[in-house]
Amino acid sequence: MPETMLSTQGLTMRFGGLTAVSDFNIAIGKNEIVGLIGPNGAGKTTAFNVVTGMYRPSSGKVFYRGADITGCKPHVITEKGIARTFQNIRLFRNLTVLENVLVGCTLSISSGFFSSLLHLPVYRKKEAAAHEFALALLDKVGLADAAGKEATSLPYGQQRRLEIVRALATHPALLLLDEPAAGMNPQESLELMSFIHTLRDEFDLTILLIEHHMQVVMGVCDHLYVLDYGITIAHGDPASIQKDPKVIEAYLGVDDAGNK
Amino acid sequence: MKIKRNQLYTVVALCVIVLLIVLADHVFDSFILRVFNLCAIYIILALSLNLLNGFTGLFSLGHAGFMAVGAYVSALLTMSPQLKEMNYFLTPIVPVLKNVTLPFFPALLIAGLVSALVGLLIGAPILRLKDDYLAIATLGFSEIIRVLITNAQPITNGAQGLKGLPRFSTTYTVWAVAGAMVLFMVLLMRSSYGRTMKAVRDDDLAAEAMGINVFKVKVTAFTASSFWAGVGGALLGHMITTIDPKMFTFSLTFNIVLIVVLGGTGSITGSVLAAILVTVLMEALRFLDEPMNFLFIHTAGTPGLRMVVFSILLMLVVIFRQKGIMGGKEFSWDSVAAFRARHARRARSGARDDAGDGGNSGNSKVGGNANGEGGPHA
Repeated sequence: MPETMLSTQGLTMRFGGLTAVSDFNIAIGKNEIVGLIGPNGAGKTTAFNVVTGMYRPSSGKVFYRGADITGCKPHVITEKGIARTFQNIRLFRNLTVLENVLVGCTLSISSGFFSSLLHLPVYRKKEAAAHEFALALLDKVGLADAAGKEATSLPYGQQRRLEIVRALATHPALLLLDEPAAGMNPQESLELMSFIHTLRDEFDLTILLIEHHMQVVMGVCDHLYVLDYGITIAHGDPASIQKDPKVIEAYLGVDDAGNK
Repeated sequence: MKIKRNQLYTVVALCVIVLLIVLADHVFDSFILRVFNLCAIYIILALSLNLLNGFTGLFSLGHAGFMAVGAYVSALLTMSPQLKEMNYFLTPIVPVLKNVTLPFFPALLIAGLVSALVGLLIGAPILRLKDDYLAIATLGFSEIIRVLITNAQPITNGAQGLKGLPRFSTTYTVWAVAGAMVLFMVLLMRSSYGRTMKAVRDDDLAAEAMGINVFKVKVTAFTASSFWAGVGGALLGHMITTIDPKMFTFSLTFNIVLIVVLGGTGSITGSVLAAILVTVLMEALRFLDEPMNFLFIHTAGTPGLRMVVFSILLMLVVIFRQKGIMGGKEFSWDSVAAFRARHARRARSGARDDAGDGGNSGNSKVGGNANGEGGPHA
């Protein structure tokens, strides 16, 4: 049994009378790629926001590598090694592609106000190393040529990639991707999934990703959790999920009918 | 080759500025000299507000409050005991401050630091607010500071204000501090900390997800901005040599906000150019406040009429050029060259069509970055 990277216990998030996520239990082993799927409004992103500290859960606990991180601030959670991307792209729009990645490197530069203001040698050294690292990352995903461009001038698919690269710059061990394939056609989605697969191997990552097109995640995920109205209605390997009558009823049934 | 030419331009421009500052005392009459030095003070104030509004995305309307703190601290630390006795004829000054007299530069530094401390204390609770709420809270605190100063008679001499401050704000002093401020901003914005501030401005949720302690960055920016506002306020006090609480009302904050918006939020050179433009116009348009008798127009003279010009200017900027003169970019020689080349091309094609659209002689500085103008729908 590999090390458990992320687990939750009875995670519940209520907004007034609405229970967005209820009794959510998940366990992700090291180097796994786990998918969190479900129809729109099922509570997937809420679950993400609770895990990354954007929301404090109404009840329940979140554990990262065995340590309780419930209620930690988002930046503290990132420091511990959990990075995330956003469903609607949230790039720093007035910064260049390279600067976006460099912001991701802030943790490794970690210079105080005055040492960076005065460009002290300690700071210069770290900043130069971060530059090199950021350029190498961009090179790996084929964005090196765009380094000097404004981030929002990139085509949509590349912006998505840039968001992932920016998250990688924080040196995460666990990467959370919120609908990385949103707005992509099936071909692009499949390419993205194989990209995610290579990332996992290259950076020794554990990945949790949200997706609502089930076909896309089938090939890439080791495990799937299916949410509907905040309730986990099924979990297991992709093949058994596909056959699960509850899942078909709640989710695939509608989708298939829509497609056929 | 091109880089060398640009460097040459920069060196020449710097020499011209230094020469102007050196000659100012000898060439300008006292009125022009005062406007010239006021430009420097407004550069400091505009940049310190731009640090918040433009670079960290915190809309603050509390600048006058921090300027007041700086001005009063510096005044109280530098005035001689006799001068204090003359000023405090209604209520005697608190004994602690009675005999304190420091040289100007330590006093200026302390003024900035006290103002920064006040900024830190105010910023810590209110920087949890965002956007308009933050603006209103800062405005409120600025008024609180003013009311406190008005009522703390044994310390500040209340509504009577302080008169006869030593005239320390010489041409060299104000321009040296303005130079330091520009250097501070350039260095900061080229560092990782400046990048972090811009990231917080563009998207604080994403910045937080990058492991940035967003709250700490905001408080740091607010404190640094307060420091420079305090320094600017102190310089202003020692230039006018009289300070009273009524000087530091919202209209003073408004002037600085106007400069920042006109120059372009997030542009250092924009703030510098707009500070000079607004300061000069503020004096040049003074004739509007006086009775006018021009051809068939007769007015009795309305104090504050020139502010209408600024209001119209602000509206035009908001409608036609949301990002201000510099549009969030910095001035560079290349952009001037690009601007001129584009206009020359347009003039040539215009001549060919016999349209002669002219109007291309305008100030190249203003349009210098037109090529880099981002979408206004930001």
